[in-house]
Amino acid sequence: MTSLNVNGQPLTVDVPDDMPLLWALRDGAGMTGTKFGCGIAQCGACTVHLDGKPVRSCVMPVSAAKGKAVTTIEGMAKDKVGHAVQTAWRKLDVVQCGYCQSGQIMSATALLKEKHKPTDADIDQAMSGNVCRCATYVRIRAAIHAAAASLV
Amino acid sequence: MNDKIRLATAAELSSDALSTDAKAASGAAHGAAHDPSRRRLLQAGAGLALAVYFAPLSADNARPRKLAASKATADSTAVFEPNAFIRIDADGGVSVIAKHLEMGQGVYTGLATLVAEELDADWSQVRVIGAPADAKRYGNAAFGGLQGTGGSTAMASSYTQMRQAGATARAMLVAAAAQQWQVPADRITVSNGRVHHVSAERSAHFGELAALAAQQPVPTNVQLKEPAQFKLIGKQQLARKDSSAKTDGSAQFTQDVQLPGMLVAVLAHPPRFGATVAKFDAAAAKAIPGVVDVVAVPGQRGVFQGGVAVLARNTWSAIRGRQVLNVDWDESQAFKSGSDALLTQYRALAQQPGSVAHDSGDHAKAFASATKTLEAQYEVPFLAHASMEPLNCVVKLGDGVCEIWNGEQFQTIDQQLVAAQLGLKPEQVTLNQLYAGGSFGRRANPKSDYLLEATATAQAAQKAGHSVPVKMVWTREDDTRGGYYRPANLHALKAAIDAQGNVSAWWQRIVGQSIMQGGPMAAMVQNGIDPTSVEGAADLPYAVPSLHVELHSPELAVPVQWLRSVGHTHTAFSTEVFIDEIAVATGKDAYELRRSLLAQQPRHLAVLELAATKAGWSKPLAKAAAGERRGRGIGVHKSFESYVANVVEVTVKPDGSFKVDRVVCAVDCGVAINPDVIRAQMEGGIGYGLWIALHGGLTFKDGAVEQSNFHDYRPLRINEMPAVEVHIVPSAEPPTGVGEPGTPVVAPALVNALYAATGQRLRVLPIDSTALREVRAA
Repeated sequence: MTSLNVNGQPLTVDVPDDMPLLWALRDGAGMTGTKFGCGIAQCGACTVHLDGKPVRSCVMPVSAAKGKAVTTIEGMAKDKVGHAVQTAWRKLDVVQCGYCQSGQIMSATALLKEKHKPTDADIDQAMSGNVCRCATYVRIRAAIHAAAASLV
Repeated sequence: MNDKIRLATAAELSSDALSTDAKAASGAAHGAAHDPSRRRLLQAGAGLALAVYFAPLSADNARPRKLAASKATADSTAVFEPNAFIRIDADGGVSVIAKHLEMGQGVYTGLATLVAEELDADWSQVRVIGAPADAKRYGNAAFGGLQGTGGSTAMASSYTQMRQAGATARAMLVAAAAQQWQVPADRITVSNGRVHHVSAERSAHFGELAALAAQQPVPTNVQLKEPAQFKLIGKQQLARKDSSAKTDGSAQFTQDVQLPGMLVAVLAHPPRFGATVAKFDAAAAKAIPGVVDVVAVPGQRGVFQGGVAVLARNTWSAIRGRQVLNVDWDESQAFKSGSDALLTQYRALAQQPGSVAHDSGDHAKAFASATKTLEAQYEVPFLAHASMEPLNCVVKLGDGVCEIWNGEQFQTIDQQLVAAQLGLKPEQVTLNQLYAGGSFGRRANPKSDYLLEATATAQAAQKAGHSVPVKMVWTREDDTRGGYYRPANLHALKAAIDAQGNVSAWWQRIVGQSIMQGGPMAAMVQNGIDPTSVEGAADLPYAVPSLHVELHSPELAVPVQWLRSVGHTHTAFSTEVFIDEIAVATGKDAYELRRSLLAQQPRHLAVLELAATKAGWSKPLAKAAAGERRGRGIGVHKSFESYVANVVEVTVKPDGSFKVDRVVCAVDCGVAINPDVIRAQMEGGIGYGLWIALHGGLTFKDGAVEQSNFHDYRPLRINEMPAVEVHIVPSAEPPTGVGEPGTPVVAPALVNALYAATGQRLRVLPIDSTALREVRAA
């Protein structure tokens, strides 16, 4: 049994300590918004926040999340910045297949918490770990700028 | 509308055949059979051959009928189902039943737009539900009535059909209002989901009239709007129907399906195509907590690989179990060749006469009298589609039934082939439609490879005493190495230039595996020509006095399949780079040469000119910074009846590395139904094409695929994505597809831009930028 704090709520999952946080969330807790894309921290589909910092949950053992605040896509609607990012994503219709977008939104939210007005170069750097095979990148950039503007 | 709600409602409304324990069941409409009045066969590649090979299906034997309110299940709020595509709830909500897979291309939004336009629905009250497998109601006219999504046919084949569905429902709502209010029907108008009496004394939302509408006779002949009357088609940026669910984590993909008792299966696949399991030792795998069993899954040669499945209570345990599984493979029948040997073989074949795909004019004479001859050879590698969601499929076997959860792209074929494997009738196989996390063609496999592997895994589990649903999960490594690739291709081209500097003959010989040969669609191969191998080359649009195209289709044990834009992925590359080489060799401007040779091709010409104008082709490119070189390239290509031109701008550094700065795209896809979706598909198609140009390349060594995951099978990343401008040609022509046509043009336009910047002509993909290093005079 591992006790976690996910999106501000206590959550107990019955999984081995070495199970990556991704699978603890998905298979252990049924929270399937966080996605499996590569399993080796190369695509960012599994991005969640650990104490506010973006991490790749596919390579992080669930034990490493004990005592820390885990935030997932399911918690974004209640996060001021996260909600602004979701709203911008919808306004610009960023998504295509949508499978990577939870991770994109988590990374974008983390970026905007660090930098209130990121440049294109900031965005490219912060987001280059998040792969989108539909190549929605043009709109991801635009939506991050739009979200930043909406938070001013 | 929130997707969780959508799915829950779909499950409630689902047919008896659907189990109730599915968290992620799709909608199986009770809807009445629908008679698509127009069954036009588009020139959509696969359609005819599919219809030839597979059992004929009738799509026109059932007349529309209405469902009485009582027919709806007790907990359903749907009270009016005028046809297979529309359900209207008591609260006025409109559900559109989508016969096509939503894999990112925006088809849910597109189909809903067509219905809502003619229904005069309120866009915010329209939701979309994936259709079950039922070719009679949901067949694709472009596929000869088989149900499936591909060839960029969805909107083209639905344009009239979905509008008729909407107009029929509207007419019945109007008839209901006329009856209820005792007024003539021609005094009634409909807008934004409300029905009004023109005097404005009375109005009602759709839901208030739904029960009575269900009692009205179904009109057989409804009037569709004239384009000038459109309020939605081409008029507004309508919010995508899948945006909300895909931004809050609630959208349901196959990977997200959880069923009671379900086991996750991860398979050890053969390391080489054609290898089989000799023996295995499951002890270590079974010792992993969570692993329930390890079972052999017999493959089917030439269809799916099979292997050894680790069955576990969760995905991680299954993956861990596979890591420690010991399998001995019988590789006596396995593919053992390598990419270098294949290339040598292909180069040799390019020296031999092939099957003739096109022959016009007298190329022998033209070459004999040419004042100049140009030759070039282009090479492209195997490509795995690499969707974000690795392949997966959930199978639940029952007594005389089978239920599948999947991002379903080829329903009729999958249903037939899964049924055949299980000894069932197709209708005993239920397919629950989910969102697909990409596909790029991979989820439409004409042999149903991964569905059959999942089914075989569930069968093996059942045989071992595990009569539970099985979710087969491919890891990224399985997805990269699992086959059904875009085949490697080599194109040899020659041009004869006459004394006036004009092209007098264009000669092309293509070497590459057929994606049809030896498979269920082999009927498409005629006289040694697989049309998908030569599309875009055998129908070269340029006015040349002689065009001669030949094809070799060597047979290999590497499974191959279509990938986004199919043959055009390689034919656009070779033809659009070669025409650039001709322009250079004859001292002509690359744009002006194309213009002159496309004088009889107005739609090619229009996109070419629009892209060039918007890109400022006639003006010099902004200067490069010190030490850098800049260049601009152009390309134009038609695929799937849509026309696309790109102008690409690049900046090259001294070490040869480069940045694609900007892509200006013009597209003509007929009537632009959803302009913003079209723009999105061009942006995404360009990104996919750029990936093909920059990184896409799968290689073999001793029969094994050398790449495995995104670290060595590199995707395109955001820092490599240029600014993209999309311009849509206004058109009243019938709408054509946009999912694929954005992909083929960018690679050749980029290579042409790199030539303009550096003077180096690249003819091999993916691009090796070391060739672009600056050579300084000593």
